[in-house]
Amino acid sequence: MRHATALRIGPVGFRLGSDWPGPVAAIDDLYAGYPQPLDGIPDFTVRLFAARPWRRWLRPSVHIGGDYVLPDAAPLPLALGLIAAEMGMNLQMALGQRRYLLLHASAVERDGRALLMTGISGAGKSTLAALLMARGWRLMGDEFALVDPETGLVHAFPRLISLKNEAIPVMEAALPGARFGPRLEGTPKGTIRHLVPDAGSLAAMDAPAVPALILFPRYGFATETREVLPSETFLWLTQASTNYVALAERGFDALTRLVTQVPARALDYPDTDSAIAEVERLWASL
Amino acid sequence: MNRYRAAAPATLRIVPLDALTLIYHRASGITHIVDSPVPEILEALAGEALAVPVLLARLAERFELADGEAEALAARLDELAAAGLVERL
Repeated sequence: MRHATALRIGPVGFRLGSDWPGPVAAIDDLYAGYPQPLDGIPDFTVRLFAARPWRRWLRPSVHIGGDYVLPDAAPLPLALGLIAAEMGMNLQMALGQRRYLLLHASAVERDGRALLMTGISGAGKSTLAALLMARGWRLMGDEFALVDPETGLVHAFPRLISLKNEAIPVMEAALPGARFGPRLEGTPKGTIRHLVPDAGSLAAMDAPAVPALILFPRYGFATETREVLPSETFLWLTQASTNYVALAERGFDALTRLVTQVPARALDYPDTDSAIAEVERLWASL
Repeated sequence: MNRYRAAAPATLRIVPLDALTLIYHRASGITHIVDSPVPEILEALAGEALAVPVLLARLAERFELADGEAEALAARLDELAAAGLVERL
């Protein structure tokens, strides 16, 4: 393709090709501190392309292609090319990842042990992970946690943190010195602004961690924590995994090990300060 | 009368968790999350094929599942047979 770049996020290498320079420049800028794919060989390719040649210039709209595609995915305007690139990379992971059990969860690490947070969209897993990063935890990822079926360890996938709507001013206030991407209005999920993970998180992206706690946060309720049984955790995590079925018995083994060895809690919270205090309290009591 | 036996042990991975039990069925790749009395039924049918009345007596005696009815148990066995977890002989 006309414009291309490559990068590695945790153990996964990507190649990004685009009909336009903008999305590649945006990715190169925000992912400047990231390494190249191992041995120069990417695991996945993402292509951002115009449906017709003239649509490169005339009302340019970005179609997302690559090794794995959703046939009915709507194109995005060129101004949202960065989002298209991010969606393309997420799509390759969601549909194509076979080495790790992929959990739709954020993950942070302290002292070699990982806290996983998963829940429905809007539960606050990205925001809580970013706030914990601001308090010195290592950010392992705000979207996907990768569980190695061979070892049970969690591997980091610290892509850009995707902040949505109300989370944007919260993080701008919490991390005034951090690197943020452009403010992107009118995306399918409202306003989005990306936050670059801190230098410590990027430097340690190759270090896996032992999973130590699974949280199911839920925003908008009075603070309450309750134990989640292994069977319920198992059920929720199969729903939070895009490749559990594809991994077959390796997925079953990985998830069974995770839910029998790692405690899980549901955490309701009315505001982020309460949530962070409760997370620190739970972590200290492990 | 139909007799039933559990699917071959090599085709099932049974992992008791808490109140519920996970069963991974290798032949279909499907994970089942089951409640009592399914694990007890599979255990009772692991060694030998049994008809419904005999199985009912065995469950009552070994697992104290005394409140079962033959009709309900037969329906449950047919569901398990459809899922491949037991075989109807």
